[in-house]
Amino acid sequence: MTRILLQHADVPDLNRIDTYERVGGYRGLRRALTEMTPDQVVKELEASGLRGRGGAGFSMGKKASFLPHGEMDKYVCCNADESEPGTFKDRELMHRNPHQLIEGVLIAAYAAGANRAFIYIRGEYEEQADILDAALTEAYARGYVGERVLGSDFTCSLVVHRGAGAYICGEETALLDSLEGKRGNPRLKPPFPANQGLYQGPTLINNVETLSNVPHVITNGADWFKQFGTERSPGTKVVSVSGCVQRPGNYEVELGIPAREIVYGLAGGPPEGRRIKAWFPGGSSAPVLTEEHLDLPYDFEHMAEAGSMLGSGAIIVVDDSVPIVSVALRLAEFYRHESCGKCVPCREGTNWTVKMLERIDRGEATPLDLEVMADVQGNIIGNCLCLLGDSMAMPVGSMIRRFRDEFEEHIAARAQARERVADRTDAAMPTGEAA
Amino acid sequence: MTKFDHLRGVPGSRSRLAAQVWEGARVEKGPAVVPEPADVAVPDDLRATIEHHMSLYPDRRSAVLPALRAAQERHGWLSPEAVEQVAAVMQVTPAYLESIASFYDMLELEPVGRHTIYMCTNLSCQLRGAKDVLQALSEATGAPVGESSPDGLFHLRSFECLGACDLAPMASIGGHYRGPLDAQDARAIAAHLREGGAAADVLPDKRLTESADPRQAKGRVNDRTAP
Repeated sequence: MTRILLQHADVPDLNRIDTYERVGGYRGLRRALTEMTPDQVVKELEASGLRGRGGAGFSMGKKASFLPHGEMDKYVCCNADESEPGTFKDRELMHRNPHQLIEGVLIAAYAAGANRAFIYIRGEYEEQADILDAALTEAYARGYVGERVLGSDFTCSLVVHRGAGAYICGEETALLDSLEGKRGNPRLKPPFPANQGLYQGPTLINNVETLSNVPHVITNGADWFKQFGTERSPGTKVVSVSGCVQRPGNYEVELGIPAREIVYGLAGGPPEGRRIKAWFPGGSSAPVLTEEHLDLPYDFEHMAEAGSMLGSGAIIVVDDSVPIVSVALRLAEFYRHESCGKCVPCREGTNWTVKMLERIDRGEATPLDLEVMADVQGNIIGNCLCLLGDSMAMPVGSMIRRFRDEFEEHIAARAQARERVADRTDAAMPTGEAA
Repeated sequence: MTKFDHLRGVPGSRSRLAAQVWEGARVEKGPAVVPEPADVAVPDDLRATIEHHMSLYPDRRSAVLPALRAAQERHGWLSPEAVEQVAAVMQVTPAYLESIASFYDMLELEPVGRHTIYMCTNLSCQLRGAKDVLQALSEATGAPVGESSPDGLFHLRSFECLGACDLAPMASIGGHYRGPLDAQDARAIAAHLREGGAAADVLPDKRLTESADPRQAKGRVNDRTAP
């Protein structure tokens, strides 16, 4: 395993600023402020090919370059509202190395010309928020944050903002609304946050893992960064592996290694005697893949070609003891709960899907219900302000496509079981009355 | 007992509000207004916390979430008094704060038990038997899922992914992550809290691991087959 982000993760007290400085911390920020202009930092990030690690995989440098130049209130937001089921990499990165993130946020703020930065962390991560707050106090005391950072002209404040439990706030515009003190409803795009974001100002929003990569890119240069991973997906990725595997956890790997190496080699594969039925390559929002896809290189392009996505880089493994209907139902329930209700296709579509899956489970469905359900998924995708509805429609749709036989068997088996119960009740009734 | 009595909770709680809807809104009362700061007594420490948060943002309204969380911590839940106090300090209407509080899962508009337990029941935890642990927690604490125990000690919720699937099946006990849990752990958690132990000290060997390399983590090998 090549480790960049988790390289020093096991050094004791890495969350303290002295330890972080000893292992080379804050050199990137110093280099950016003393040797580079903001534009050069953006260029370096663009040249490195660093892609967003939150899900969309968009070039980080390009995103930063979209912000307008000139004197105005600009903002940087770090998206630490990690709520995608199966994803826990950002928690690990913040827990073990909070200063790495703080340094990344400050370099990004310097590049974007922002003088206010925020880390929006999900409310459930109380331990990590406390760790970040403690680290931030140290960073302020050393002059890495605040007025005239390290004696330069760059001034930037940083606030750790705690959410209060809402998956939708991981969506960038919902996050901005939530940070402004409103309900976390997504906004209509365009305008994109780069032009009109937080408090109507130009805003750069990046994921924790993306920003944690920034100090390494700036310290060591774009060419150094590009030697890891593949040409179009450079760098490493912290992959969260969970579900039916023997060693669940976070593994930092170079992008492009075969998925099998992660699932079997690192995480130990499914328990003895079990086979992999399905796996999510990028969190619960990614369409499921099957065992045959395990030999594909794990990177943005190959996952997309296989009909899924790298997403947040969270692999959830489902073994052959688990009925696929129960997986679909659990996910649909989750998205129904988390839908903010602003767009009808998502609000109603997630609700209908849950009801249809429950009907299948109760034995009241017919194979036609599968057509209706697939149709509902198709009518959600692309019809909402944000991707929450799509995030249910894509995996559920893929499960119906790939496991249609099992769905049909499930429907038939449950219907038969239901009839048997009904027969018994009918048969029991007359004797019951007679007695 | 009138028809909607079962909907009436504690005055000011969500179910109480629902009952008022059934009875018809009191139109003669006029719209809710921003409370006069002089009319509302706010505990000094709560006021200081809220004002500190307001000072961190260019727009004071950004402090709504931290302020509501501080009020909830102080009052145990977002009672009408708690909301009124936040509204008085932040100079917004109580209705605005309720619209925020009803959106977020961690803000409580009903009185809840003292110790909050969020049991993750999302996919990765479910694949590892979260339902059984949830059931065991419910039995051990006496709190039905989604409700508080009659003794007012526990508040048990089935929660969406808490971002600790490496500990699956896991729970957040008063903000402290513990896992992987089984039925025996559930009973240990309830006993520990019932005896007055701090949530931070519960099941110390089930915290997040010491090593960042999962292969180094002792006792975490997951050989349980899915239910």
